[in-house]
Amino acid sequence: MENSNKRYWKGIEELTNEPSFVKNIHNEFGNMPSENDSKGEALVDGSGTHRRDFLKMLGFGVAAVSLAACEAPVKKTIPYLNKPVDVEPTIANWYASTYTDGGEYASILVKTREGRPIKIEGNKLSAVSKGVLSGRAHASVLSLYDNEKLKGPQIGAKAADWAQLDKEFTAKLAAVAAKGGQIRIVSNTILSPSTKKVIAEFTAKYPTTQHVVYDANPAYGLTQAHGGILPSIDFSKAKTIVSVGADFLGTWVAPTEFAAQWAETRRVGSAKDGKKEMSRHYQFETILSNTGANADYRSAYKPSQEGLVIISLYNAVAKLTGSAALAGASVKLDHLDKAAKDLVASKGASIVVAGSNDPEVQKVVVAINALVGAYGTTINTGVAVNYRQGNDMAMANFIKEAGAGKIAAVIFYNANPVYNHPMGTALAAALPKVEVSLATNERADETASLCQFIAPDSHYLESWNDAEPKTGFYSLTQPTISTIFKTRQAQSSLLTWAGLNGDYAGYLERNWESNILKSGAVQWKNALHDGVFQPNAVSVSSAVPSVDANAAAAAISKVYSANATGLEISVYEKVGLGTGSQANNPWLQEFPEPVSKACWDNYASISQPTATKLNLKQGDLVKVTAKGYEATLPVLVQPGQAQDTVAIAIGYGRTKAGKSADGVGVNAYPFISEINGACVGTCTQGVSVSPTGETKDIAQTQTHHTVMARQAVVQETVLGEFVKNPQSGRFNPTVATSEGKKNATDLTLWNGHQYNNHAWGMVIDLNTCTGCSACVVSCSAENNVPVVGRQEVINRREMHWMRIDRYYSSDAEVEDLKGLEVASDNPEVVFQPMLCQHCNNAPCETVCPVLATTHSTEGLNQMTYNRCIGTRYCANNCPYKVRRFNWFRYYQTDEYDFHFNNDLGRMVINPDVTVRSRGVMEKCSMCVQRIQEGKLTAKKEKRRPVDGEIQVACAQSCPTNAITFGDMNDPASEISKLLAIEKEGRAYGVIEEINVKPNISYLMKVRNKDVKKEA
Amino acid sequence: MNRKNFTLVKFLFSFLFLFASVYATLAQDAAEGETLFKNNCAACHSSTDEVLVGPGLKGIGERRPIEWIVKWVHNPQAVIASGDKYANELYNKFNKVAMTPYPNISEGQIKSIVAYIDASNAAPAAPAAGAVPAGAAAPAAASSGGMMEILLVGLLVIMVFVLIALLSIVSTLSKLSGGEADSEAPLMKRIAENAKKLAANSAVKTGIIIFALLLGGKATIDAAYGVGIHQGYAPEQPIKFSHKLHAGQYQINCNYCHTGVYEGKGANVPSANICMNCHNAIKRESPEIQKIYQALENDEPIQWVRVHNLPDLAYFNHSQHTNVGNLECKNCHGDIEKMEVVEQRSSLTMGWCIDCHRNTDVSAKGNAYYDRLVEVHNKDSKTPLKVQNIGGLECSKCHY
Repeated sequence: MENSNKRYWKGIEELTNEPSFVKNIHNEFGNMPSENDSKGEALVDGSGTHRRDFLKMLGFGVAAVSLAACEAPVKKTIPYLNKPVDVEPTIANWYASTYTDGGEYASILVKTREGRPIKIEGNKLSAVSKGVLSGRAHASVLSLYDNEKLKGPQIGAKAADWAQLDKEFTAKLAAVAAKGGQIRIVSNTILSPSTKKVIAEFTAKYPTTQHVVYDANPAYGLTQAHGGILPSIDFSKAKTIVSVGADFLGTWVAPTEFAAQWAETRRVGSAKDGKKEMSRHYQFETILSNTGANADYRSAYKPSQEGLVIISLYNAVAKLTGSAALAGASVKLDHLDKAAKDLVASKGASIVVAGSNDPEVQKVVVAINALVGAYGTTINTGVAVNYRQGNDMAMANFIKEAGAGKIAAVIFYNANPVYNHPMGTALAAALPKVEVSLATNERADETASLCQFIAPDSHYLESWNDAEPKTGFYSLTQPTISTIFKTRQAQSSLLTWAGLNGDYAGYLERNWESNILKSGAVQWKNALHDGVFQPNAVSVSSAVPSVDANAAAAAISKVYSANATGLEISVYEKVGLGTGSQANNPWLQEFPEPVSKACWDNYASISQPTATKLNLKQGDLVKVTAKGYEATLPVLVQPGQAQDTVAIAIGYGRTKAGKSADGVGVNAYPFISEINGACVGTCTQGVSVSPTGETKDIAQTQTHHTVMARQAVVQETVLGEFVKNPQSGRFNPTVATSEGKKNATDLTLWNGHQYNNHAWGMVIDLNTCTGCSACVVSCSAENNVPVVGRQEVINRREMHWMRIDRYYSSDAEVEDLKGLEVASDNPEVVFQPMLCQHCNNAPCETVCPVLATTHSTEGLNQMTYNRCIGTRYCANNCPYKVRRFNWFRYYQTDEYDFHFNNDLGRMVINPDVTVRSRGVMEKCSMCVQRIQEGKLTAKKEKRRPVDGEIQVACAQSCPTNAITFGDMNDPASEISKLLAIEKEGRAYGVIEEINVKPNISYLMKVRNKDVKKEA
Repeated sequence: MNRKNFTLVKFLFSFLFLFASVYATLAQDAAEGETLFKNNCAACHSSTDEVLVGPGLKGIGERRPIEWIVKWVHNPQAVIASGDKYANELYNKFNKVAMTPYPNISEGQIKSIVAYIDASNAAPAAPAAGAVPAGAAAPAAASSGGMMEILLVGLLVIMVFVLIALLSIVSTLSKLSGGEADSEAPLMKRIAENAKKLAANSAVKTGIIIFALLLGGKATIDAAYGVGIHQGYAPEQPIKFSHKLHAGQYQINCNYCHTGVYEGKGANVPSANICMNCHNAIKRESPEIQKIYQALENDEPIQWVRVHNLPDLAYFNHSQHTNVGNLECKNCHGDIEKMEVVEQRSSLTMGWCIDCHRNTDVSAKGNAYYDRLVEVHNKDSKTPLKVQNIGGLECSKCHY
């Protein structure tokens, strides 16, 4: 496959050459503020300035500056009164801890400076999370510094103190208990065994208490099909992966762990004896999910077909293995039979996962997995995973009971079902009927604000806790800062109300000593230091849960239909914002979704043919109605989505979360339906979409830069070709010279650089990058990247130093309109992390009139903010469009009312990195502060830095290890070894033909597709 | 205290003890012991029998068994609590102020310290070694700019006088040649007259105006360059702490209070508990020290005024310069040990930083980090490896 034959495009507007796109294509800086800008009021200070005003201000400014400069302000330096032994100012301390949010889990290391947590990184000691983190876990440090959390306990929306709350609440509880009233504790999945023990203590004191667990994005069906447990899944052992609607790389159950496993099956090497095998990944789904975007073969179905797709897959597999077929209408889907063939062929190394929460569907999936020998290999029922313990039936039952006035008291343990449960409205109506209600939620959110008492829990970074993500694998949470507000750990509260000693830290330690460590070889202090306590060996069970596939098939046939017409809604979770628990976190709001590249909103995502049919175009505001609920949102045209479907993300439409979240998007939870007793994220009946006649821009980042028709930005091949020739898909640009054709990279005007010390470089493997964007959040946290907000993203002024470019592609020729149309229905997708390439012949360096951007002797392209005068020539000349201009002052400015605008939010700032002001250019520095720190450590110890000791934030936070950073001058470094092999194989520089000689190399993507027959 | 002094002292010690064969084997230990003693013990103990905060340590090796000393240094409270008679007597004698524990000092190191104490008392010449002047005098950064300007202006004035004198002589001569007999007028009068004529000359007027403008312009530019430079800034501090007394007279190592100076980015202004290591016994009644007590009692930190301010955009790390570069504190901070009130001695401008990076040799000896760099550098250069040769002038060494 010659690279130049493939057409890549970044968005529908580029494919169709829309006027707005064409207008902006050569417009480097997007909407330049202009005098006649009708949106002038949306733009902020200074941007609408006239020339004369500018001169006036300049004059005044000069005078003011010279006056102000006459006397320097007196700066204070305030040491500790009593310096803690472990804290040395300016030197970071690291603590092992555990991130949990509902059922999400990661063992983490918390970096603290002068006693404040500023960065979260993965703890490699953990056998469960293995040092990988999601973007949300990275962002959780900012949620700690959220100014809109409750500052202390509340009684009836009035501030109270803890003693008063304890007194009043326990009195009311005692009254309820005395007359035998029903008490409920409602929570999301709790991973902590000690917390469960605390709840048991509380139940012992108030015996009418029942604990109801639900999840915002449940896996109840999967649990039910496995007899009440969630089995361990290991994609790394799989050769054939078939996913039916499970976004396991983005949102399903434990996506970061799965992504790491999946990546291991996708890593290939160009060396002669390098790994030339890859798993083959099939994805059948409704939306184009992050996982679907990474699949080798993909096709789309409607939500109403989901159960029947599974039955069809079962039957296709059964036909090959000689088992009996299940009854049910068959659905014709591309690649389904091929998937079945591969599943059977790689028996024992195959796995089928399904995203549906319908227990009946999951039962058939169990049956397929049993047929392809997944149990005992890729699926282990011997170790239960505790990530999703929610019981949809129990929760629905609780809401019904509450509505019927049968519940006397309820405690919402960090749960917000009024917002994130499909029956939230019913619960809101029922709450006044409950005599005593209390929430331990951190803020007066949709649920807590309806309760009589709020006893705010501390943030996990302020708390003691533990977790048991998998049976037998334990993990500890320790506080890394004392409580910022007058909050109290919910466990302490429960213990206090149960009449016990409220010291949860002591309780936790005692529980560990007696029940977990059991005076074994590991001491409490060691466990606390490591953050984890886990068994050496993992028990593997190949037991197949017993399911009645025929009965399940019969139940499926009742609900699903093979060829339903009419619109259907698919409710999905976004990779960035998730279920919305951290919706008030501006980093997550500004997180561009891997596939749609949209941020700060949810939207009605529909396919192009459906849009044409409904006469809608991108940005049209539509009213989506179903189940008596209506939502008004803008249309986003999404290639690859199933026809006649509308996809809406959960996590948005918060009303009481805070200024960053409130009013952003609409709540999609009410669209979730109950199917076979479980909450299933679809709505297949009575869906209507009607235009309102208005429009609303969606803040999408992808088409903000174009590749200017340059080829070879992304390069790819298929496995069959790669095995034959590791350079098969590579594009080697040549230039005609008087001496014949020469490699473009061999001709240069420059003398090159000599690197005597280090030569920092990076290799990014496009084959293992899933586009998850955890690196984007990690980079923002490390480098104090400002949040600019929705309008500024629309104005194409986002500030992310690292972006993940998403390209759609097809084999169709540019002129082949029909072919392109087909392709845009189901395009191939490539993710390409794009950051400053640190070119050796950097075009930006030569055009800077003030030498603010220069080259270092270690291969870095340096950006000096204090020297920059903001001509933006460098950004004009950058072929990769990775330079970001500070149009405004994003800190201490009310227009950008995010964390940089309040004292608490600014606590997250990394003190080793400058906060840039307006008027300067900024870009990826290759975490030069980390390089300098690592070098200094080595120098102090009188040695050379060890490979891996210095890690940049993105490489370090990549769940799939797609990014390798290191010293290319060190022959023993991982990057040197990798490049030595791949130089003659997959490694290429983006837009190699312009010969800027970047220090960042990309490894060509290899798809495990069949080799195309030459036509 | 400067580190070069130590090396010199170490050297002197070794030299002395080489002759005193009895102590020959101890020389190394004593040298190590001295560094340790000065860094950790000297603030409270003298090596003679003089009582400072704690007892003088002369003869400690004979007074107590070494095992006891090790236990005591590692955890004095534990020894007191164990009911040890000597320890309790000592504790009561010194107003029940326990010594700071040093669990990190190894037994071997403690032996070295004892060896040093014995050696210093046995060889009376040794303590004088501390008075040896610093080996390499820090480059004098005297600001000769002011002097030069005065000289220049003076020269100019003289030249103007000479010009006028010459002019009057010329006019006298021309008159003489013209045969006019007006020579009776006194010379001074004639000079005055000629000066008047000269002042009336438009060319001279223009010249003077241009000259004044140039002078004014230069003064303005110089003043503008001085904006934001606070050389000589010596603000009054909330507590009249004297470096002259502590660092000068008592020779307390900088590192004793500024704990981060060899470890971190900041040298750190000491926390009040470090002051209390000594001042819970010494000069408790002084009104200045009472301020520390009050701060501790009221839980209100002391708000010192920052003397050395770098802009936020510049990253400076102390340990890179002190620990890796082996620079002395006085290189940048001047003679702190002579300052009653600390003032900013260096300009702290970027030009000042760069100058030093241009001229300073990399302290590469014995540091494996630099081995290859030195090797590559020596291949095609005869001058020693300077900081600028390894990227010391690059932007992102300090700006990120």
